[in-house]
Amino acid sequence: MTKKRWFMGITASAAMLLAACSAESVEEGSSEETDTINIAGIFEQSGPVAAYGTSELNGVQLAVEEINEAGGVNGKEFELTDYDTQSEETEAAQLATRAASEGAHVLVGPATSGAAMAAAPSAAAASVPLVSPSATADQVTVGEDGEVTPYVFRTSFKDSFQGIALANFADNELGAEKAVILGDNSSDYGVGLAEAFTGEFDGEIVATENFTAGDTDFSAVLTSLADQEFDVLFVPGYYEEAGLIIRQAREMGIDQPILGPDGFGNEQLVELAGAENVTDVYYSAHYTSEGDNPNVSEFVSAFEESYGSEPDMFAALAYDTVYLVADAVEGLDEVTPEAIRDALREVEDFEGVTGTFSFDDFHNPVKSAIVVELENGEEVNFTEVQPE
Amino acid sequence: MSKRMKTILVWVGAAILGFALIQIAILTGWITRYYEMTLMLILINIMLAVGLNLIVGISGQLSLGHAGFMAIGAYTTGIVTKMMPNLGGFALGILGGVVLSGIVAYIVGIPTLRLKGDYLAIATLGVGEIIRITILNLDITNGARGLSGIPKLATWYYAYIVALLIILVAANYVNSSPGRATISVREDEIAAESLGINTKKYKMIAFMIGTMTAAVAGSFHATYYQLIVPSQFDFVRSIDILIMVVLGGMGSLTGSIFAAVFLGLLNHFLADYGAFRVILYAIALILVMIFKPSGLFGRKEIKASKLFNWKKKEASRS
Amino acid sequence: MSSFMQQVINGLSLGSIYALIALGYTMVYGIIKLINFAHGEIFMIGAFVGYATIQFLNVGLVPALIVAMAASALLGVIIERVAYRPLRKSSRITALITAIGVSYLIQNGMIQWVGPNVRPFPQVLSNVRYDLGLFSISSIQLIIFGTAIVLMVALQLIVHRTKMGKAMRAVSMDPEAAQLMGINVNHVISFTFMLGSALAGAGGVLVGLFYNTINPMMGFLPGLKAFIAAVLGGIGIIPGAMLGGVLIGLTETMVVAYGDSLLRDAVVFVILILILLVRPSGILGKTTKEKV
Repeated sequence: MTKKRWFMGITASAAMLLAACSAESVEEGSSEETDTINIAGIFEQSGPVAAYGTSELNGVQLAVEEINEAGGVNGKEFELTDYDTQSEETEAAQLATRAASEGAHVLVGPATSGAAMAAAPSAAAASVPLVSPSATADQVTVGEDGEVTPYVFRTSFKDSFQGIALANFADNELGAEKAVILGDNSSDYGVGLAEAFTGEFDGEIVATENFTAGDTDFSAVLTSLADQEFDVLFVPGYYEEAGLIIRQAREMGIDQPILGPDGFGNEQLVELAGAENVTDVYYSAHYTSEGDNPNVSEFVSAFEESYGSEPDMFAALAYDTVYLVADAVEGLDEVTPEAIRDALREVEDFEGVTGTFSFDDFHNPVKSAIVVELENGEEVNFTEVQPE
Repeated sequence: MSKRMKTILVWVGAAILGFALIQIAILTGWITRYYEMTLMLILINIMLAVGLNLIVGISGQLSLGHAGFMAIGAYTTGIVTKMMPNLGGFALGILGGVVLSGIVAYIVGIPTLRLKGDYLAIATLGVGEIIRITILNLDITNGARGLSGIPKLATWYYAYIVALLIILVAANYVNSSPGRATISVREDEIAAESLGINTKKYKMIAFMIGTMTAAVAGSFHATYYQLIVPSQFDFVRSIDILIMVVLGGMGSLTGSIFAAVFLGLLNHFLADYGAFRVILYAIALILVMIFKPSGLFGRKEIKASKLFNWKKKEASRS
Repeated sequence: MSSFMQQVINGLSLGSIYALIALGYTMVYGIIKLINFAHGEIFMIGAFVGYATIQFLNVGLVPALIVAMAASALLGVIIERVAYRPLRKSSRITALITAIGVSYLIQNGMIQWVGPNVRPFPQVLSNVRYDLGLFSISSIQLIIFGTAIVLMVALQLIVHRTKMGKAMRAVSMDPEAAQLMGINVNHVISFTFMLGSALAGAGGVLVGLFYNTINPMMGFLPGLKAFIAAVLGGIGIIPGAMLGGVLIGLTETMVVAYGDSLLRDAVVFVILILILLVRPSGILGKTTKEKV
């Protein structure tokens, strides 16, 4: 009796294991026609990096409102559903799957590279394209095998492009021969930029020091850097720490030019550093409000009207992302996630506030960076740096 | 049939039934891919909570560094499976993670387990952070960029089976003679020592088993989500696991399982209220500690043998 | 050489911030033997209250400090009353988990309420830098250093020269015996929380002013390091908190300056583990034998 049951139990479980292995998961994702174009905004709305995610969601909302007011695309309105990843990668993966199963045609977000990479397999499994406004790590769109990640796009430039552009800028415009790097080693962003800069910079990298997101006291590291001879200080990191670094460096008497990536692009940078300290500071931006692009000034004033503050680079990129999707959807007979994906690949000379671009074969936008010079906290000069 | 045999059969039956129900639900499309991810999260959390409960609930040593050991498992498996993207690599990764985690636990256990109560808590918190900072600065772990493109090898049925195995190991340990010795350390370390129990040894055994299961959970995490970054294994993650153990009841394995399932479902259905969830957890933690510090289950277990007693009563009544 | 002197000043400045937080930590631990995890969060709340007072009421530093200290003191007393007092008889683990819960609640509550973004702190004090040849030091650094020393001396006087201080020492030694001697234990503990939290609040404002940045997560790591500082100096001992804070600050600075900036936080945790092994009672502490 006992033996028999055991036997049955084992056979049953073995059978089920086999069944499980061979079971094909039921396909989700909406392939039938709907009246709206469903955009899922998957963003870091809470948790440590919520500042970037909320900013992007604002940009997305503004764009969606504008598009719908103008009558939508192909007579269809955009419908935005937002999801909060709580700044957790696993949550981003779960939510991408959920959004796809709830009928999203395209996923916009998340803001950080880690979350975008976590969400990528979910997007691919559900065959829904994912466009991240600000995931900058090179590996987001290209796997280590060199194959393009099929459903993932981005609207920002990738770390290696930006690092190279900044290194060229330091070489040619600043005429720097010796550089020191003080980078955020707790984010892929800082690490990737530092690496690309080191690889491209023609001069000598005298010292490479690191900090961690959330640090406030940089006096020790700056004191030892002050002993070095160098022509430019490169700070690959975000404005939260960069603002404090600029302040503490200037107070300490480090008056060499400070060079930074697009992570500097937030009005808080100047407030954290103190306007009087922000001189001879350069950073790569996606756009400049000083320029003559009418799109930019319209966007900036519309954003200020809606949210009462200046848009930062995250908001601008997210805003562009929605218009990019709209551009792709336009001219589609049938709006399905796959069709949008194919159309995204074909996007050409899309004119956004963060530049005019097309995608390369690896789903990266080919666009130029603008290096902005700040003097007393004000933009005084900008130089366009072309992609290689 | 002996009572022991019956108990085993009930558990095996329940496990198979659970497995079958989930499988049927997936085949009929009732469990979508999103639900499946939640299921996976729950299974991983069960492994973590049961392991931490051995340390916190059974041996009475508050550890705040569980996520660090999870990271060891995740990174070992991530690195191994990227070189060997097959089930053999997965198995090897789990094994490597378990061994490495055990070694690290042993090395840090020697000094830290001598400490008591709050000091131990802070020290283990420190160990967890040291592990994370180390991973952040190693080349093989790819620093802050983490490991991406890990082959997807973990499936819910492997996780289900492994979670069952972990529960089995934990339950057998608790009911074994070393397990009882460990509990005696929790109850009164000095009394236990005066009875000739080598308290350090039993604390260490519980600590090592707990951290090794955390490594297994980490392995599943890595090969399911296909991406691991150091920030996933910070102090907050350790607290998340602790919350499960505390809510379920420190010392009750079934309590931990129940809490992991409950919180997993809560997470699933409250996903839209993400930020409030953490606040809710914090309040729940404080309230449970004040009003029912033993957690929902206390130190009680749901036992199959009780089922028979109840059945017998029913039978004699009818 | 001059850069070495400058690093010492950097270390002392960072250390006095840890000391400022550690003073309150050590007092609370001394009296109820509980790691008040929420201490770092009270520090953060102090900074935010100071920020709000200056920003919205347009007042100077001193009124902002007073308001922040009062608010923090109140918060400390409420936390003790609501969360810790019911657990005074429970196990250490229970109390500690509650403390973690309180810390978690305040931090996430603030994230939810004011958002996780960093905010620049209104600069109500012009920061002057004095160049003294070998090194330079800023006015706010001097203020923080001075405040830490003054508070340490004041606390020492309160604990050793006043009646309340005597009661605090009595409760710390044996709460039950103290009660039998007619000491209102609850009052004494509330007073300790009030004092410790007010100090944390003041520290929060000064740190916000010094670094010009505040955010809801700012209390966690400094709080933890301050606790380690308190343990290093000898927990429960007021000059020990100062000593431990300065030592931790100096170590961190020296690790960054002459070692690897990546190891900064890890080294602090290693110090904790080492001190607990070699001399668990801390540098200034007396060794006590465990009684059965």
